[in-house]
Amino acid sequence: MTPAVLVRGLRKAFDDHTVLESLDLEIRRGAVFALLGPNGAGKTTTVRILATQLLPDAGSVRVAGHDPASEPDAVRRAIGVTGQFAAVDDLFTGRENLQLMADLHHLGRSGRARVTELLRRFDLVDAAGRPASTYSGGMRRRLDLAMGLMGRPEILFLDEPTTGLDPRTRRALWDLVRELAADGVTVLLTTQYLEEADQLAERVAVLDGGRIVAEGTPEELKRRVGGGHVRLRFADPDDVARAGSVLPAAVTDPATLSVRVPGEGFGAVREVVDVLETAGLVAVDLSVHTPDLDDVFLTLTGKVTS
Amino acid sequence: MTAATAPVADVWTMSRRQLRRIRRYPSLTVMLVGLPVVFLLLFVFVLGGTLSGGLGGSSYVDYVVPGVLAMTVASVVQGPIISVAQDMSEGIIARFRTMAIFRPSVLAGHVLGGLLQVVLGVVVVLGVSVAIGFRPDAGPADWAGVLGLVIVFGAALTWLAVAMGLAADSVETASNVGLPLTLLPFLGSGFVPTDSMPGSLRVFAEYQPFTPVTETLRGLLLAAPVPTSTWLLALGWCVVIGVGGYLWARRGYERR
Repeated sequence: MTPAVLVRGLRKAFDDHTVLESLDLEIRRGAVFALLGPNGAGKTTTVRILATQLLPDAGSVRVAGHDPASEPDAVRRAIGVTGQFAAVDDLFTGRENLQLMADLHHLGRSGRARVTELLRRFDLVDAAGRPASTYSGGMRRRLDLAMGLMGRPEILFLDEPTTGLDPRTRRALWDLVRELAADGVTVLLTTQYLEEADQLAERVAVLDGGRIVAEGTPEELKRRVGGGHVRLRFADPDDVARAGSVLPAAVTDPATLSVRVPGEGFGAVREVVDVLETAGLVAVDLSVHTPDLDDVFLTLTGKVTS
Repeated sequence: MTAATAPVADVWTMSRRQLRRIRRYPSLTVMLVGLPVVFLLLFVFVLGGTLSGGLGGSSYVDYVVPGVLAMTVASVVQGPIISVAQDMSEGIIARFRTMAIFRPSVLAGHVLGGLLQVVLGVVVVLGVSVAIGFRPDAGPADWAGVLGLVIVFGAALTWLAVAMGLAADSVETASNVGLPLTLLPFLGSGFVPTDSMPGSLRVFAEYQPFTPVTETLRGLLLAAPVPTSTWLLALGWCVVIGVGGYLWARRGYERR
């Protein structure tokens, strides 16, 4: 089966500012794929090219097997798009917004039932008769997503779907994305939240400076950064030095009075505690650090996110 | 839904969308239609007493109404300029672009909505005109001609307005770009005969779009003969403005 999205050597510049250098991307059908990167990395530009809103300068692009540049309508029939800024008509009620989408998908009589179904699924029944301008941020995002799903797309582009949402609303949206994935919809998600990619995506590509700098499952990416460590903090520099000598694998940092001991899990912690006790050392603080995608990003790009 | 009827369905859907938007924002329509009514009253009651002195005795209200009607079209199409610019600033247009719909349907919806406002404006202005003493001599065929010209001229100016709305960077600039259009009717035969104007201005005034349109409306409403060259020039301008506006609008829509 052809991949849902296949991109080779994609290049895009605005005037003399190159946004995408040479982008390669392959997303299998049914996958949830996260494109992770800081602001200005080229995430939105990538989505806009895939969604037929923007023409690439060079490279080959296939979405659902079609070229967005030469067969835009074939691509448009296969996709649903939810942008960073909710694309709803503020003067329309929630129901009217959905009915508009139903009409544009030429659903005819079945449109009404589909509108009601989506209102129910996205928990908008009570607000269905109110203008979208009165909706909260979370409700707008849900309405936006519901509108993008009207045509039952095979591929859904979610461009920073949870930017600006509070944590609870974000989690509710994650659940919706998981449901869609369970239905077999391919999802390309862009995000600057590492946790979001970790939570939702089976594959993650890290975008920086217009290129994919790393790609893999969240676990693979974390492994690239190396394992976790136990972090200890001491009251004075002498203790730091002594800890360094009794724990041969440790990395000491006298400036912050801290010691990092490679290792993960309960066993590592117990070993460290045993060694310290035998040596008669007392740490003022002990924490276990498991690598997350923030570490991945830092390691790969040398930049700190958010 | 077949491939042949889909564009019609999309234009219909977008037109209904625009009509609903117009209904949801009635103050804009009231303002658009109100302005030419104010100008009508201003010209008839404030300036008319003096201006009619130069007309050789004929009633000034009869003279000025066709001019105000042409001006009404220019004034009402300020609405589409603003509503297009406003629409473009909202995310929903970006959504439409990612959907397999007939591309010009968004713009066609604005044009049909704008045209409806134009017809409404003209009807209101005509009603007020009759109430303040305008007595047209037009027969059924003349009225059909008036309606036809209003629609053709209105459609042409609305396409131009849509293009202007697309060219505006923001809703704020959109409310200014239409200004030349509202001033143009005054540099024509709508309010005073062009004979009284100085040389080059007079040439401009006689050939600019509003003058042949006004003259044709005046002839039809007062059941006076309209020279062929006049109504041909009027229709010619409508075609030029309409086609030019349509092409400019399509380019503007593709560009954004």
